[in-house]
Amino acid sequence: MGSRASTLLREEEIEEIKKETGFSHSQITRLYSRFTSLDKGENGTLSREDFQRIPELAINPLGDRIINAFFPEGEDQVNFRGFMRTLAHFRPIEDNEKNKNPTASEPLNSRSNKLLFAFRLYDLDRDDKISRDELLQVLRMMVGVNISDEQLGSIADRTIQEADTNGDSCISFQEFIKASLVEANINNTSFNHLTKKIKILMGAFFINATEANLLNKLA
Amino acid sequence: MMAKMRFVRRVSSLPEFGLLLLVIFVLLEGSLLPLGAASSTSKSCEEAKQGHTEVHNFTKKAFPVLGVDYGHIKNPFEISLWVLLACLMKLGFHLIPRLSSIVPESCLLIVVGLLVGGLIKLAREEVPPVLDSKFFFLYLLPPIILDAGYFLPIRPFMENLGTILMFAVIGTLWNAFFIGGLLYGICQISNSDLTAIGILPCLLFGSIISAVDPVAVLAVFEEIHINELLHILVFGESLLNDAVTVVLYHLFEEFSVDGSVTVLDGILGVISFLVVALGGVLFGAMYGFLAALTSRFTSHTRVIEPLFAFLYSYMAYLSAEVFHLSGIMALIACGAVMRPYIEANISHKSHTTIKYFLKMLSSVSETLIFIFLGVATVDGRHSWNWIFVTMSVVLCLVARVIGVVGLTFIINKFRIVKLTTKDQFIIAYGGLRGAIAFSLGFLLKEDHFHMRDMFLTAIITVIFFTVFVQGMTIKPLVELLAVKKKQEAKRSINEEIHTQFLDHLLTGIEDICGHYGHHHWKDKLNRFNKKYVKKFLIVSERSKEPQLIAFYHKMEMKQAIQLVESGGGSKLPSAVPSTVSMQNIQPKNPPATTKPAERVLPQLSKGREEEIRKILRSNLQRTRQRLHSYNRHTLVADPYEDGFSDLILKKQRMMAIDKKVHNPR
Repeated sequence: MGSRASTLLREEEIEEIKKETGFSHSQITRLYSRFTSLDKGENGTLSREDFQRIPELAINPLGDRIINAFFPEGEDQVNFRGFMRTLAHFRPIEDNEKNKNPTASEPLNSRSNKLLFAFRLYDLDRDDKISRDELLQVLRMMVGVNISDEQLGSIADRTIQEADTNGDSCISFQEFIKASLVEANINNTSFNHLTKKIKILMGAFFINATEANLLNKLA
Repeated sequence: MMAKMRFVRRVSSLPEFGLLLLVIFVLLEGSLLPLGAASSTSKSCEEAKQGHTEVHNFTKKAFPVLGVDYGHIKNPFEISLWVLLACLMKLGFHLIPRLSSIVPESCLLIVVGLLVGGLIKLAREEVPPVLDSKFFFLYLLPPIILDAGYFLPIRPFMENLGTILMFAVIGTLWNAFFIGGLLYGICQISNSDLTAIGILPCLLFGSIISAVDPVAVLAVFEEIHINELLHILVFGESLLNDAVTVVLYHLFEEFSVDGSVTVLDGILGVISFLVVALGGVLFGAMYGFLAALTSRFTSHTRVIEPLFAFLYSYMAYLSAEVFHLSGIMALIACGAVMRPYIEANISHKSHTTIKYFLKMLSSVSETLIFIFLGVATVDGRHSWNWIFVTMSVVLCLVARVIGVVGLTFIINKFRIVKLTTKDQFIIAYGGLRGAIAFSLGFLLKEDHFHMRDMFLTAIITVIFFTVFVQGMTIKPLVELLAVKKKQEAKRSINEEIHTQFLDHLLTGIEDICGHYGHHHWKDKLNRFNKKYVKKFLIVSERSKEPQLIAFYHKMEMKQAIQLVESGGGSKLPSAVPSTVSMQNIQPKNPPATTKPAERVLPQLSKGREEEIRKILRSNLQRTRQRLHSYNRHTLVADPYEDGFSDLILKKQRMMAIDKKVHNPR
């Protein structure tokens, strides 16, 4: 599949993707070969079934939600551009990007966009708030079936009460950032762990203390 | 008015004065009693001889109402006296407020040791060989290492394992060869009797002095509250370099006797290192599993549960030492492996017992080690050689700095969160040497190494330098450089959910990309653990509890404990039935500012509540450990972390219940 993959992807496309997402040339080609290996129908797009065929994803509690995140609103197929756009959120922030032109639009893997991505995984109805029910759904997925609804409910209540600052018993994006940023500042190592050792492509939610300015803008 | 104040001050210092008197009394007793012992034993010896020869002349003596027989209890008495002295010293230091913030405890303890050694010498008594290597390695060191291993924060440790291993293995090797090689060169250049020292003894010295010491690092770093990353890097390095030290030491000791080294020996050395390190870890893991398995069946004999934890760990250490494997790594592996399973199986009280006992033992051990270091300094036969000693100190520092800088340069290519210059400085500066180096030097045989005394002197000088100079100045330096400190964070359920969420998310993305990275393998290990290992090692009903639930229950329990200890739990509205969860109990002093919560909280049925309480009492598997249990002095770090905002939460809930009660739907 290797040689076929590289001929199908034209240089101009690679350049465009590079500009849009910030991945390097080798990263893009590698991901393209992965894309084509997943694409059993060989029509240049991936459907939900293609994703579900990945065995580990099937047992991942958040599997369905992650798959949904790849597909734009209402569509059932995702092409390579869309695939890369979603993955771009997970690229680690390089040092040389920090000095870029501040008026340019925010890169896909900026801290706020990463958190927005995570936030959207909770917030299915896209009302920019995580309600108690949405939280319960996620908790239920992560915890399994053996725990009673009441227990889960009390956990959800406590979570919301800890994060909720304006008393609307929902978690807004700002509150979400605050609750997750607390962890980031304290445990940079947990984010190191999330980003370490992935030599080729996988960064993740890399939150650097020097981006505290960004926090002030958002908070 | 002034006179009254002065009087009050004198009176308030009376208890401290009394303590001081007590300490002096203990010291005198310790040094003078052996004198009395010497005379009384000789007397009883004579009497025995007389009795023997005069067996026929049986003279009837008056029945002794009171007699003195010190020799009978000599050893336990002296040991107890030393331990008592150590504990009193600890007490004393913390009573003097300003002293403990300027001078780290380790320095003070060494000074006390010097004083005591001096006192004993003044009394012209023979100073007991307290820092006997066997005693040190078999009894004093294991508690400290077990404590470190049991409470090791696994997640940061594993995240930075690559970096830690680089520093531990390559850094120590670099140190050993650099110091040993350059010292040899200097010895050759200097026109004195130093030229007689061969390259191998020099390398041996280098390997002894090169290892960062966990005891010293623990003692100093504990007081400076540095951020988690640096703490785990330096501390992890000090633990893992034991394997390197063991191999190098044995290697050079063997070859110093033989006199030469071949390439084959070098290769064997490398293989030996792998065997020592991995073998130690294997032994530890084995014993850890045994301990976990045993704890599964202890539900009827709760009282001896803690003992299993200690015994298995100690056996792991001893077994590893039998085969000359790394005992320290065995202990760490045993503690880290058995912890999650043991905590799920044993009762809450046993868990507390283990925690307190470990902290107590390691605390006393550490204190004793430093005191004995002081005593041994006074006692030792010293052979001071300006060139050798000063050059070893200088070379130690230089080697450490070059090593850290060089390694960081390489490591940063692979790390995402790079180590800054400040971090490098702290890592280099935190490379303290301690009692392990001294004990290893002490083990050298006199007949093989005629320069043993000089080595010991040099080792002690390096130890003193690092502990005193570096130990004392690291705290102001940390302040000066504004190094990030450890954040006292409340462990919130948000954090826990978020962490797990991100783990799942990143594992999923990795799977989509087909990249089998860090998360993938961690996930696989977790699944294996959940499916097979837990079922085998944990009492059946607790093995299925998801981590999130366990964490939540632990939080609730802490809140409950805090509530009870603060004397709250009163003022429950009478109309509300007693089957409410922890959330609805009002604390004693609710703060003034509150916000009414509009939601209605779910009521728990009585059965459910009992179930939760039962789960609350057990201790939980795999809750991720942040560094809360590191502090040697306060053990109650956990329950008292929740503070103000928890009270607000409770008040909110109280208001909700109130509203519900007064406006029934």
